[in-house]
Amino acid sequence: MKKLGVLFLTISLLCMMLVSGQANGVVRVYNWEDYISPESLELFEEETGIKVDYMRFTTNEDMMVQVRTSPGAFDIVFPSDYCVERLISEDLLEELDYSKIPNAEHISDWLQDPAYDPKGVHSVPYMWGTVGILYDKTRVNGPIDSWGVLFSDEYAGEVFMLDSIRDTMGLALQYLGYSLNTREPNELMKATKLLIEQKKNRIVKAYQVDETKDKMVAGEAILAVMWSGDAQYSISLNDNLAYSVPKEGSNVWVDCFIIPKSSENKENAYKFIDFMCRPEIAQINCEYIEYSSPNDAAIELMGDEYINNPTINPPQEVIDRCEFFHDINDFLPTYNTLWAQVKNAK
Amino acid sequence: MSAMSMPAWGIWLMALGLGIFIVMIILSLKKHRGVHRSLFAWPYSLWMIVFTVVPLFLIAYYAFTDKAGSFTLDNFKNFWDSNYEMKKQLIDMGFDVSGMELSDRGTVNVDTLVYSLWMAFKCTVICLAIGYPAALFMSDRNFKLGPTLIVLFIIPMWMNFLLRTIAWMTLLEDNGIINTLLESLGFGKLKLMYNSNAVLLGMVYNYLPFMVFPVYNSISKQDIKLSEAAMDLGADEIKTFTRVTFPLSIPGIVSGITMVFMPSVTTFFIPRVLGGGNTEMFGDLIERTFLTADNWNVGSALSLIMMVLILFSISLLRRVDPQGEGGSLL
Repeated sequence: MKKLGVLFLTISLLCMMLVSGQANGVVRVYNWEDYISPESLELFEEETGIKVDYMRFTTNEDMMVQVRTSPGAFDIVFPSDYCVERLISEDLLEELDYSKIPNAEHISDWLQDPAYDPKGVHSVPYMWGTVGILYDKTRVNGPIDSWGVLFSDEYAGEVFMLDSIRDTMGLALQYLGYSLNTREPNELMKATKLLIEQKKNRIVKAYQVDETKDKMVAGEAILAVMWSGDAQYSISLNDNLAYSVPKEGSNVWVDCFIIPKSSENKENAYKFIDFMCRPEIAQINCEYIEYSSPNDAAIELMGDEYINNPTINPPQEVIDRCEFFHDINDFLPTYNTLWAQVKNAK
Repeated sequence: MSAMSMPAWGIWLMALGLGIFIVMIILSLKKHRGVHRSLFAWPYSLWMIVFTVVPLFLIAYYAFTDKAGSFTLDNFKNFWDSNYEMKKQLIDMGFDVSGMELSDRGTVNVDTLVYSLWMAFKCTVICLAIGYPAALFMSDRNFKLGPTLIVLFIIPMWMNFLLRTIAWMTLLEDNGIINTLLESLGFGKLKLMYNSNAVLLGMVYNYLPFMVFPVYNSISKQDIKLSEAAMDLGADEIKTFTRVTFPLSIPGIVSGITMVFMPSVTTFFIPRVLGGGNTEMFGDLIERTFLTADNWNVGSALSLIMMVLILFSISLLRRVDPQGEGGSLL
């Protein structure tokens, strides 16, 4: 009987430990892998006494499955633009009460009314960037200003493509002069043919995602399709590298804060968003992950080093020729089928 | 990796299960003054049911249903014609697909399966060609370094195969260790990576131990008196090998072939890392269908086809070794 008592006591102690430390509650954050400065999370916990319960994902698709199938599990999620659009259409997102996010006033003008979420009713931008070509200045002939270089024999065997369906199909579509949100099967098939040709002509060295930035630093290829933040990471480690957004246009994307309708800690979620939009905190995060900040006040704090860097702070005309992805859910099977043909072309 | 932590109730449930199991053992000890042996099979049987039998039924269910859950054979049609689903959907959306490019029968799935079988066959043959002599050599009683070599074979397996495969990348890259060495010696660089030979190398490297160990076991447990008798009766070394040692090692070979061939067909990840994603194997295809395309129905059909194929090849092998002495898996 005594033993049973000890066991009971131990279990209840354990339970208390699990519940404690939540005096001011928790906020459950679901973010990309390595996509926030740990320092900013600590500062948030210190200031508010709210415990941050932090979870990670690597692709938008993984994240959306979790948000759909685990209602109530998350208070803050960081989806990309077209996924915000998708989640809104599935009626999963809370309409934001901006009176609780005063720091949202720092968000740049061009992101106040984004196409994926008009007037920003459901989302606040966190980071943004472009897709472009990272290249080795010492080994290219002539300027890199068109997607065309990816399809020319000149760089055969020296091109890294992204193993990511929408990004790669998107650039092929734009090179052909189509929209990267096209709903014309014939245009998609022409883009597919272009990518198959590119592969059959042995121009592509590899299709990969995470490995590319380090391999480019090591000089493993001359050209690589990359996201601006990853490009910035490579450039800061190898002076020979440069980044360019092709003249045909490209993809510009925004990762956002959203609050799921099912969130159980909405007040804390608002506090979290407002805290992260505070200029000093936005600066900490931006300098840590090296993507572009949508926060004008934070940009001011970062000064010339940020403002004069065309990779992370492209001029307005570059942004103007870029397009957001839109949700194309009903075309996904077509995309997947066509992409399989590219991946298996020999 | 999405790092969703295991829910707390899951841990409690496992603890509860373990507790019940221990209590049952204690109870049976008291009653019978000896443990009921069948009790010890419980945890494993439970494990098998939850993590093998149930998932198998789920795969079969998904393979024969559509997204809405009603019976269909479309998933298998999609295996034969990889454009099937796309065409069906485009027609539903009101497009005329008859004149469209790339809308003939898609051969992606069938081609990938054939390619995977061919790669697995090559891998198995190479593993046998390297592994058998190695096992023969190491099991020779006069060869003092044999046990040491076996340990050296085992040591790399202490490390996860993903990490070992990534390590090969550092060796084979265009600016990797081997090419840097070749260049400094005055030779040109070689294209070692981003092709299917690199994938084959990665497969042979990873699966070779699965060939060596069964063969080594079957040779080293042979009674030395048998080959001594053959020698006494006038057989030379070669004849002793072909008439005694080799036939007795066939169960080991069969088991080795099974253990290498099966994971080879289902290989994934290696083509992505060493092949630069330029060639896709059937394992990659299934993974992409499930995760990227989020199509569990077609993915399950592909998995089912592969399982049937593997069962078929194992049953063929069983004819060679009917007693299953090599400990084949069926």
